[in-house]
Amino acid sequence: MTDSTTIAVAMSGGVDSSAVAAMLRAEGHNVIGLTMQLWNQRRLASHAGMPESVQGRCCSIDDVYDARRVAETLGIPYYVVNHEERFERDVVRPFVEEYLAGRTPIPCSLCNNHLKFDQLLIVARQIGADQIATGHYAQVVFDEPCGRWLLKRPTDRSKDQTYFLFGLTQEQLSRTLFPLGGMTKPDVRELARKHSLAIAEKPDSQEICFVPGGDYKRFLEAYLSEQRSGSTGGDRDTLAGEMVTSDGKVIGEHAGVHNFTVGQRKGLGIATGSPLYVIQIKNDTRQVVVGKDEELYSRTLRTHRVNLISTDELREPMRVAVKIRHKHQPAAALIESAGPNEILVTFDEPQRALTPGQAAVFYDGDIVVGGGWIESSK
Amino acid sequence: MTRRVYLDNNATTPVLPEVLEAMRPYFGERFGNASSIHHHGQDTRAAVERARQSVAALLGCRASEIVFTSGGTEADNLAIFGVVRSGDHVITSTIEHHAVLNSCKHLATEGCEVTYVPVDGQGLVDPADVKRAIRPNTKLITIMLANNEIGVLQPAAEIGKIAAEADIYFHTDAVQAAGKIPLDVNEIGCDLLTISGHKVHGPQGVGALYVRKGTQLEPMLYGGSHERSRRAGTENVPAIVGFGKAAELAIAGLERGDDVRGDDMKMAAARDRLERELLSIEATGLNGEGAPRVPNTTNIYFDGIEGEALVIALDLKGLAVSTGAACSSGSIEPSHVLIAMGLPVARAKASLRFSLGKQNTPEDIDLALNLIPETVSRLRDLSPVYRTVVSK
Repeated sequence: MTDSTTIAVAMSGGVDSSAVAAMLRAEGHNVIGLTMQLWNQRRLASHAGMPESVQGRCCSIDDVYDARRVAETLGIPYYVVNHEERFERDVVRPFVEEYLAGRTPIPCSLCNNHLKFDQLLIVARQIGADQIATGHYAQVVFDEPCGRWLLKRPTDRSKDQTYFLFGLTQEQLSRTLFPLGGMTKPDVRELARKHSLAIAEKPDSQEICFVPGGDYKRFLEAYLSEQRSGSTGGDRDTLAGEMVTSDGKVIGEHAGVHNFTVGQRKGLGIATGSPLYVIQIKNDTRQVVVGKDEELYSRTLRTHRVNLISTDELREPMRVAVKIRHKHQPAAALIESAGPNEILVTFDEPQRALTPGQAAVFYDGDIVVGGGWIESSK
Repeated sequence: MTRRVYLDNNATTPVLPEVLEAMRPYFGERFGNASSIHHHGQDTRAAVERARQSVAALLGCRASEIVFTSGGTEADNLAIFGVVRSGDHVITSTIEHHAVLNSCKHLATEGCEVTYVPVDGQGLVDPADVKRAIRPNTKLITIMLANNEIGVLQPAAEIGKIAAEADIYFHTDAVQAAGKIPLDVNEIGCDLLTISGHKVHGPQGVGALYVRKGTQLEPMLYGGSHERSRRAGTENVPAIVGFGKAAELAIAGLERGDDVRGDDMKMAAARDRLERELLSIEATGLNGEGAPRVPNTTNIYFDGIEGEALVIALDLKGLAVSTGAACSSGSIEPSHVLIAMGLPVARAKASLRFSLGKQNTPEDIDLALNLIPETVSRLRDLSPVYRTVVSK
C-alpha cells in the first residue's frame, strides 16, 4: 500500500462502479461512495403512455439500494446527492430539444460533461476527495512529453466508452480515475464475486437511464405534455410536416420530426417498391427527406462545440480514425480546423448515416484526439 | 477513530440510559400480553397504564385521553382520517410535516377539500388567515406546534380559540415541541395532539395521540378492543414503557428548567452560542429569526454552498447535522418549509439544521464550531457560484 488518497467513486449500483469501489478500497484508499439522484422516475408516470410504476433504470430505488449494500459490504461511507435540477437543465431538456429540432442526441455525453465530471467532481472535492473514479471502460494517462492528460481506449474494446467521454477537459481528466481501463468485463464480474458483492451477476444496463423501456418517443410525448400542462400553448402541429424525396417530391406526411433518425427504415408509414430510408431531417421546413440506401452515404461532415484532448489546438490537418456513433467502426479521415471550436471531417470512404446531434470522435490509434458534435453532412 | 458528535436530535434522539433500563425487563421476564387476564398480562397491563399516566402528565390531560400508536406518523394519520369524512373541509398549513401534508393531499383525492394557509417570512401562520379559511363544512384544523426544520412555534393557543368558537376540531402535531417546552392541552385548546417517543429520548416505534374526551374518532385499524377500541393491535409494551419513562424525565427536566442532565449547560444557552458563532461567518443568516422557537433548534443558511455537500463533508469529519427532508433514495430535496417562507431555492438548499438533545455537552458545541467554519470555507472556495453570490 503506497499512499492513501481520498477518492470519491460514482456508484450506480451496477457491477462496474461497484467493482471500482472494491478495487480502490482493497488498494488502501479512503473511498467515499456517491450516487447521483438525477431523475424522478415517477415524475411522468401519470402521463399518457408512460408506465404507472417505476420502470426506468437510473436513480431507481432498487439501484440506490444496490449501491448502498455494496458500500455497506465494503465498509465505506456512502451518500446520495441530488442533482435533478441540473440534470433536467443540461441533459433532459437538450435531449428533448434536439429531437424536436430533427437531430438525434446522446444524453450520456451531456451527462458526463455536465454532471459526472463537473457537478459530481465539485461535490467530491468539496467533501474532501482529491479524485473521482467511475466504472467507465477507458484509460487516462499523463503524457510527459506533451504535458497533457490523455484519454485512451480500454483493454476491453467491446466495452470501449471513450466515445461518450470526448468532452472531458484537462482539469477533469487530471482528477479522474478509470480503474477498469485495463480489465475485461469477465474480470470485473470475477472481482465483484471475489469481494462478495451482491450485484456481481446484475445484468448490464443498455438503455438511456431516464427513458423507461428505451421508448424515447413515449418519453418525449409525456415530457412535452407535462411541460404543456399549465401553459396554453399547443405547438403540437408545428412538429408535423411533409415526407419528401431527395428531389423534392412530396410523398406523404408525418406526425413529427422527433419520430425520425437519419438511416431509419421502419415506421416511415409509406409503402413503395424499394426500401426507403430517412436521409435528412430539415429543421426549418419540418420536412423528412427519404431515399434509397445509397443516398445515405457522405464523405464530409462538420462538427461544432469541439473539445480537443491530446492537443490544445489543431494547427494543421491531421490523419485520424473517426467514430460517428457508439457502435461505429472508426473510419479513416482527415480532420482540419474550420473555425473556432469547429472541425471539418473528410472521410477516405463515404460513411453511412452521418447523424446530426451525434458526436464525431477522433482517434489516433488508442488515443482520443478529441471530438465534436455533428452539425451537418454533405 | 473519529469522535462523533450528533446535532440532529430533531430527526431522532438517543434513548437515555434510564429509559433503556426501564424497558429492559419487558424484553425478557415481563413479557405478557397486556390484554391477558393472567398474572403476566396483569403485570404488563399495569406497566402500560403507568406509562399512559406519565405521558398524560406531560400533556396535562387524563390518561384515558391517550392513545398509543406506532409513532408520530400514525398518530397524525389517526387524528386526520379518524375525524374527517368525504365532503368535509380541512385547514392546514404549508409547513406541516409530511405525515400531515401527505395525509391532507390524500384527503383531497377522497372528496375532501383542503386549505393550506401560508406562513410569513418568519415561518409563522397568521391566525386571522385560519379564521378566514373557515367554511360551513370545515371539520378539522391541523396546524403544528413546533416546526421540525426551523423550530418556530406556531400561535397554537390562538388557533385553538378560533377552532373552539367555530366548533371545529383542532389537531396539532406537537412532536417537536414535547420535552422542549411545557405543554398543556387545555392551554392550547386542542382536541387532538400528536407526540412521538423517539423525539423525547424514548425508543423509536411508539407515539401517542391525545384525544379529548367526547371527540368522535373512528379507528383506522380494526381488530381487538385495545386502546379503548381506538387503535387495535397488541400493545408494544417495552416501547410504551420506555416512552413513559422518557416522558417522566422530560417533565423533571422542564420543572428544573434545566434541559441538560447534571451539568451547567442549559440547552437554549448552548444553542444560542452555536447560533451566534455560526452567524458570524460571512454570508449567513438565521431562518425564522425573530419568531418564538423551541430551545434546541437553529436553522442557518450559508449562501453559495450546497447544504447537501456541507452535510456530507461534516459527516465525514464526525459531525451529524441535516438539511431539508430526505426523499426515498436518501438524497435531499429543497425544504418545503423554507420555500414556503419565501426563501429562494438556492438559499433553501444552502440551509442547515442543527438540533440539540439532552446528551449534548459543551464540548460537542466546541467541536461543531471548530469544524463548521473551515468546512464552509472549503466548500465556498470550490463553489462555482459563491463569489458571484456574495459580490451581489
